[in-house]
Amino acid sequence: MALPPPDPEFVLRGTGAAVHTLHFSCGGPDPAVPVLFSGSENGFVHVWSLRTRRVDTALDGHGRKSVYCVETLGGKDRLLSQGRDQRICLWDLAEGRTSVMDSVFTEHVGFCRCSLLQVAQGRWLMAMAAKALEEVQVLELPSKTSVCTLQPEVGAKLGMPMCLKLWQLNGGSQPLLLAGYEDGSVVLWNLSMGRVLSQLVCHQEPVMSLDFDSEKAKGISGSSEKVLSIWSLNEQQNLQVYKTHGLVNAGISDITIRPDKKIFATAGWDHRIRIFGWKKLKPLAVLDYHTATVQCVSFSDHKHPSERLLAAGSKDHRISIWSIYTQT
Amino acid sequence: VCFIPGGLDCSISFVSHVLGKVCVHGRQKEILSVLVPRLTDLSKSDCIWQRICWRLVECVPDRWMEAVVLGFVQSSCGADVLSRMLGNLVVKNKKAQFVVTQKVLLLQYGHSTAVLQNLLGYLSLDSLRRALLIKVLQELLETWGSSSAVKHSPPEQQQYISKAILICLSHLKEPEIESCRQELLTGMMEGVKCHLDSNLPQIRRLGMIVAESISSKINTDGPVLKFQYEEDEEARELKSLLVQTPLNCVVPSLPDDENEKADASLPLVVESNKKSHTAAPVMPDEELNAELDSDDDLIPYDMSEDKELKTKAPVYIRDCIEVLTGSEDVEKWEATVKAIENLVRKNPAATREVSVELAKVLLHLEEKTCIEDFVELRQRAQVAVLTTDPIPVAKYLTSQFYSLNYSLRQRMDILDVLVLAAQELSCPKSHGKTKHSGAQKSCIQLLPRSDSSKDWRRIVDERIKSKTRRFATGQSQVELASGPNEFNSVAGYFFFPLIQHFDRPLTTFDLLGEDHFVLGRLVHTLAVLMYLAVNTVGVAAMGKALLEFVWTLRFHTDSYVRQGLLSCISSLLFSVPRERLLEDMMEELLETQSWLGDVVEKDPDGDCRRLALQNLLLMENLKKKLKTVPS
Repeated sequence: MALPPPDPEFVLRGTGAAVHTLHFSCGGPDPAVPVLFSGSENGFVHVWSLRTRRVDTALDGHGRKSVYCVETLGGKDRLLSQGRDQRICLWDLAEGRTSVMDSVFTEHVGFCRCSLLQVAQGRWLMAMAAKALEEVQVLELPSKTSVCTLQPEVGAKLGMPMCLKLWQLNGGSQPLLLAGYEDGSVVLWNLSMGRVLSQLVCHQEPVMSLDFDSEKAKGISGSSEKVLSIWSLNEQQNLQVYKTHGLVNAGISDITIRPDKKIFATAGWDHRIRIFGWKKLKPLAVLDYHTATVQCVSFSDHKHPSERLLAAGSKDHRISIWSIYTQT
Repeated sequence: VCFIPGGLDCSISFVSHVLGKVCVHGRQKEILSVLVPRLTDLSKSDCIWQRICWRLVECVPDRWMEAVVLGFVQSSCGADVLSRMLGNLVVKNKKAQFVVTQKVLLLQYGHSTAVLQNLLGYLSLDSLRRALLIKVLQELLETWGSSSAVKHSPPEQQQYISKAILICLSHLKEPEIESCRQELLTGMMEGVKCHLDSNLPQIRRLGMIVAESISSKINTDGPVLKFQYEEDEEARELKSLLVQTPLNCVVPSLPDDENEKADASLPLVVESNKKSHTAAPVMPDEELNAELDSDDDLIPYDMSEDKELKTKAPVYIRDCIEVLTGSEDVEKWEATVKAIENLVRKNPAATREVSVELAKVLLHLEEKTCIEDFVELRQRAQVAVLTTDPIPVAKYLTSQFYSLNYSLRQRMDILDVLVLAAQELSCPKSHGKTKHSGAQKSCIQLLPRSDSSKDWRRIVDERIKSKTRRFATGQSQVELASGPNEFNSVAGYFFFPLIQHFDRPLTTFDLLGEDHFVLGRLVHTLAVLMYLAVNTVGVAAMGKALLEFVWTLRFHTDSYVRQGLLSCISSLLFSVPRERLLEDMMEELLETQSWLGDVVEKDPDGDCRRLALQNLLLMENLKKKLKTVPS
């Protein structure tokens, strides 16, 4: 007899607007307070303390335009936020400061979240959608120098890039970029040469979100239709469809694979969060708490497995925190 | 008959005379049942016997020719047999030609399909006779296409002519079709128009089938005419006539019509329902994955609550009205349409506040998205509103029936809704449940398909049954929960407005003119309302008004309308109590009786005659009852 799905551990209220992005920072070396960053539609980035479960700080750097991506650069003191004001801001949050150190003007008017990859100590690569319609730019941070510009060939008709993922097989090897586009295809780019390695049409509708497991060379993408598409990368760097999984209701906003690669979570337009096993796509749980579209899901990076949490932000202004499958 | 050696001249005119006389006296069956099989056998291979046969029939005097020819046509078991026996009689003999091409096909209609097959097959087997075949086809087509024939001839005759046309078509070859293509086309176009105009569904379907067949024959390459109609036994049988198979003639012992099914039927095309397999999401076999599965540690939670997300319908009637009139949210609109009937029934007080407005919204509701059973849902909702607040809504609906700028479909919807609501109101309710508990023996179908002539007939039949058996059943029926007849107070509001303005034509709606189909439906509606008004206070007044209405329309040319008028009389005779019939309507009833007698004898439509006969029987019963009741 299966157990009923668990309730949230706790719910964070107080953003005052739809929550579009979440990012945990709990794996800090010092016994620091575990922190959750959230970006909302009112332009604020809220810094939540997971101990007091209250907002510690509210960062206002995007002129009240919606913030749709937050990432940390190696610790909770360096924050990156991307907003609809076409800017990416780099924040310095050490010692209680809340100032914008630097910003990049992307001129991108879409919703494509940028992707970060640490290539060396103190150096990151950031992939972001740029001004031109189908273009993706890769910059090196913090120097903000352009590494390459990835432009599909003329007539490819991929549409806007919808979601990006920078990855490398292991530290030191070539970084590669997976990009999901408006026409439903996922493209693997080689950054050094700036050309397409492989392209796969995964969906009939725009790819809303994707995530990739570099160890197993398997990735997953979700779109506005009722199908999740799982694809793999073979030795020749070719993408192939591995499996598809049908959903009860259409529409996925976000997909995240847990860092231990055991489970992944999807955020659905039907207000539900679904948990699946990563190995075999086994449906594990349907978490039904929110009353509006769930916009983002994120797993925490706690060192201790039993403390791991899952956070989901929704259009109903709430962030639900769940503790699920923490035993393994 | 003995063997006649070749070379001897022989006169068999005496035999012909005998044959003719016997046939004319009506003994065709007996003599031909012996003669025909022998001749069939003998003439199968022997030319001399064939010629003897031919001489035999040729020598029959003209005055007996018809009987003989008919006899042969009926008793041969195949067109080739007939051909062997009659030879080119039709070409040589004028009387035989008349019988075969005119009398049997156009003036009579009692013969079976096999006879038609024989006859027309016979005409097609010889090149001399084929000219006659084409002529026959043209004449048949002319009759089929004439609008007065469609209106005034009985349905059985029309079916007979249609069958003949189809068989002719099946015999025609390409070059012949080429030569008369234009006439076929014009004939078909005219005929289809008259047939589709008719109110009887059977006639319409005949027209459709014949038109489709003609079209498929003349346009072998281009697009063909295709109609949508109900496929049942009759339709399939008609269509099977289009294709000819070589008939093997089995010499029957009794050349009767019962053998037709064995000879003439072809394998019926059974339409197979293809089940469409909905593609299930691809889930490849998980056993094939050889990896060690550490996922097994993860126990899934209960996911039974995970269902499709449904939009909720509004809970208040006024919200429903808002959604139905203006909402852009199609999912909500759909949910509202599905939920509105229940809401209306559960909230009678709230419905009464906005009943007329809701009725108006529902009457004008168009299908925005593709919902299953949209028409039924709308109709049920309208019935619910009407039964919840009968008087104002009935006033509104009856006034709209005679207003400008409504489609015929909407006007007929109004009639259907009135009937269904009347039925519901006059039926005793048990514990607020509105399902009919079988107190009514007749049921009116919810779907507004227009096979209503059958329904009304069924109602009248069942009522007659109920009347005549009442002595036997007595009190053995279970006593049903009784309640006040809610139709009593509102029957007048349903009935009289409908009857008031029927003779006043509007620019878009003329009951007495083109829109006789709606007139037919109106008459049937009035019949049912009359029937349901039994035991109400106003039934006598309704009866009198109805009788006058029937009297003015009694000579209407449309048979559907006449059937309706006769059902009105039946309902009247049942519902109005005897004493009131006597006191108020005696003269009118006597006049009606003489009209009914006329109908029984002279009306071309079989159903009308039957209904009129039933009415006369009812009147007789009435008279008898009056005599037996001690005054």
